[in-house]
Amino acid sequence: MAMKVLREVGRKRSGAAWIGGSRGFADCAAAAMGVAERREGGGGTKAVNLFTAVNQALHIALDTDPRSYVFGEDVGFGGVFRCTTGLADRFGKNRVFNTPLCEQGIAGFAIGLAAMGNRAIAEIQFADYIFPAFDQLVNEAAKFRYRSGNEFNCGGLTIRSPYGAVGHGGHYHSQSPEAFFCHVPGLKVVIPRSPREAKGLLLASIRDPNPVIFFEPKWLYRLSVEEVPEGDYMLPLSQAEVIRKGSDITLIGWGAQLAVLEQACEDAAKDGISCELIDLRTLIPWDKETVEASVSKTGKLLISHEAPITGGFGAEIAASIAERCFLRLEAPVARVCGLDTPFPLVYEPFYMPTKNKILDAIKATVNY
Amino acid sequence: MAAWLSSELARRAARRIAGELRRRGPGPWFPSSSTVPVLGPTAGYHRGFCSVRRFAGDTAAATATAEDSDNEFAAGELQQVVDFPGGKLSFVGEMNFVPESQRERIKCYRVLDDDGGIIYSSRFQEVSKELALKMYSSMVTLQIMDTIFYEAQRQGRISFYLTSNGEEAINIASAAALSADDIVLPQYREPGVLLWRGFTLQEFANQLFGNKMDYGKGRQMPIHYGSNRLNYFTVSSPIATQLPQAVGAAYSLKMDKKDACAITYFGDGGTSEGDFHAALNFAAVTEAPVIFFCRNNGWAISTPTTEQFRSDGIVTRGQAYGIRSIRVDGNDTLAVYSAVHAAREMAITEGRPILIEAMTYRVGHHSTSDDSTKYRLADEIEHWRTARDPVSRYRKWVQGNSWWCDAEETELRNSVRQEILQAIQVAERIPKHGLAELFTDVYDQVPSNLREQQRSLLDTINKHPSDYPTDVPV
Ligand SMILES: Cc1ncc(C[n+]2csc(CCOP(=O)(O)OP(=O)(O)O)c2C)c(N)n1
Ligand SMILES: [Mg+2]
Repeated sequence: MAMKVLREVGRKRSGAAWIGGSRGFADCAAAAMGVAERREGGGGTKAVNLFTAVNQALHIALDTDPRSYVFGEDVGFGGVFRCTTGLADRFGKNRVFNTPLCEQGIAGFAIGLAAMGNRAIAEIQFADYIFPAFDQLVNEAAKFRYRSGNEFNCGGLTIRSPYGAVGHGGHYHSQSPEAFFCHVPGLKVVIPRSPREAKGLLLASIRDPNPVIFFEPKWLYRLSVEEVPEGDYMLPLSQAEVIRKGSDITLIGWGAQLAVLEQACEDAAKDGISCELIDLRTLIPWDKETVEASVSKTGKLLISHEAPITGGFGAEIAASIAERCFLRLEAPVARVCGLDTPFPLVYEPFYMPTKNKILDAIKATVNY
Repeated sequence: MAAWLSSELARRAARRIAGELRRRGPGPWFPSSSTVPVLGPTAGYHRGFCSVRRFAGDTAAATATAEDSDNEFAAGELQQVVDFPGGKLSFVGEMNFVPESQRERIKCYRVLDDDGGIIYSSRFQEVSKELALKMYSSMVTLQIMDTIFYEAQRQGRISFYLTSNGEEAINIASAAALSADDIVLPQYREPGVLLWRGFTLQEFANQLFGNKMDYGKGRQMPIHYGSNRLNYFTVSSPIATQLPQAVGAAYSLKMDKKDACAITYFGDGGTSEGDFHAALNFAAVTEAPVIFFCRNNGWAISTPTTEQFRSDGIVTRGQAYGIRSIRVDGNDTLAVYSAVHAAREMAITEGRPILIEAMTYRVGHHSTSDDSTKYRLADEIEHWRTARDPVSRYRKWVQGNSWWCDAEETELRNSVRQEILQAIQVAERIPKHGLAELFTDVYDQVPSNLREQQRSLLDTINKHPSDYPTDVPV
């Protein structure tokens, strides 16, 4: 019996990216796992929504690595968005548990757990409530490896958090705080656009040997449904994906905004404009090469995100591409983003970077 | 047996080492005299087990009842005191850890029994008939308001709602014990405080519909009420942020020599946030006249208090911060009223914070986004909704005084119902604020980046009018 359990554990460990023997996570071996696209398991696919895809990823993460834990506010009964359904029943309360209502505690606890060679998969109930954890994430998680000369690291840390608009969330259930974290060397920031992406990117984030902030587009939890491989697979971090080929203009976004950009592409096509659409997927460290190659081809770039335009991550992309593609750009880089106001309840439709705002900006850029 | 043996052996070894040290005389780490102030932690105290033993042995010898030198470590309280930063401390030879809890839980202050009778020998603040009836009708109003607004959300007329069911006594009685000048910093389950202060049912409805008459200008989700006129700070969703703010507000009242305090409400869940701990400590140190009112309703969404903390609730936290505290039955209107009344008096006249833990139960779901039967028993909810209902318990007392009758009850309920339905109809028809309000109040003046964004938004609206809701005047 004991032998069997041990063998099972060994098998699971060798399949995962965890490097036994040392605390924390080694730099390169596990990273290599993260980059290799891996498909195994049942091989079949099934149409599921985004929260179910996240749930599948968490099941696999806990199943494949006995040193992995899932915790956060209300995760025990399945979480307020149902992402952790069934985990506590299957893996027990020692590995899946409710925490007290304290985001700084969740983050700090997760860092300590990760620093001991575990995979700490923590949930912050809403991205709007991540700020009490800001100090732990910015000053601790991000610098754990660097400040110790790699004596210690908390690479097993993954923070999951629902972000973005839902249509009725107002100030504190709608924000997109990704840019704050992109400004912090040492943290990775990943945002999926769909169920299949969510599962593969979340597993890669969990197994990546660096602390990762994984923002989930809560508007899509139920809304977005697609065929998702049932087995264990990872999608590479820091690799953007060209999801639509085009020649007149490059559009970049992430998360829920991709769906809006896609509609704009369709409408632009009716007007004879060919858009190339890129999902950045990992915001930091981001895939400049893919974006640069696309803009070198189209000569035009539009970036769109829900967060306020000023100081948003779009500004970083615009500046980098202006540097790299200055002579090939045929128009100023366009940004269609949230307004520089708090996220407003009744004004949400006005605040949002809508399809028609994007379409107008596409036309203005193409006809510059 | 084996465990006992090894601990006995360790004790003997320690004695040997202690004896050895004694022969060698005091080392440089030894805190030499009780009258010399010791700055910083004494080195000796941090040298670990042996030096502590050394200290204990040396002084205990004189006072201990020990018959032989082997017994010197069993000594109790020692006479010597030593100065530390923060004051004098006496020493003890026993290695006593302060226990994690008291043997008995802190008792709960009660005035009314389950049947609305006054508990013999209870002490409480008298309430006049007029006040008693106003409190009762406000509790009923809050109850009906919750029922109808909750239903309005279910019908899709408002986007969100959250009830105070089961916490009517906390809401109304605490508000009644305050003065209108006291500053309220709420969490979100205390609309009864605002109701008590004169926020009309129409004003509640206007906020829920985010219309032009909503003081928050439609920017926040339903139930995020606020009123400057009524000294009620606007509700903010992030948990516990209002607590340290309440201390700052209270400090201001004190500096201005106002006859007023600040009161802040929060849930059992809120006490886990760092802000709770910061607030209590700041309040104690700044001697701010603030009342910390914890509604311990047993749940923070799906998380029961057993998974939230392991202390005896919240009341015991006060002492750790140097704050006077009381635990009260939150479903007992008279007890809540009396406790807040006394707390306010102490806070203002003595210039000190007070912590109140009101024991209660969240009878409703967390909010309209929640189904609490997923994580707690329907029977448990039903028990609290019926047998433990604070409104009917208080009504029994009021009726027992012959201050209220069934006919008045029916009339009150009907008229409140009508008034709320009317308020909803009116609120629904009031247009939203104009688009300009999207850009105001970010700062005191609209800066150029927002003026530019407003111009560009207007262009977009002109081009694509069908993208935008028609109830927001452009
Ligand atoms: C900083 C923060 N984290 C998480 C949340 C999500 N949330 C809203 S209410 C709540 C539970 C609060 O429970 P408690 O303080 O006991 O108040 P109650 O709802 O019981 O009145 C949580 C976790 C939040 N609003 N703010
Ligand atoms: Mg609670």
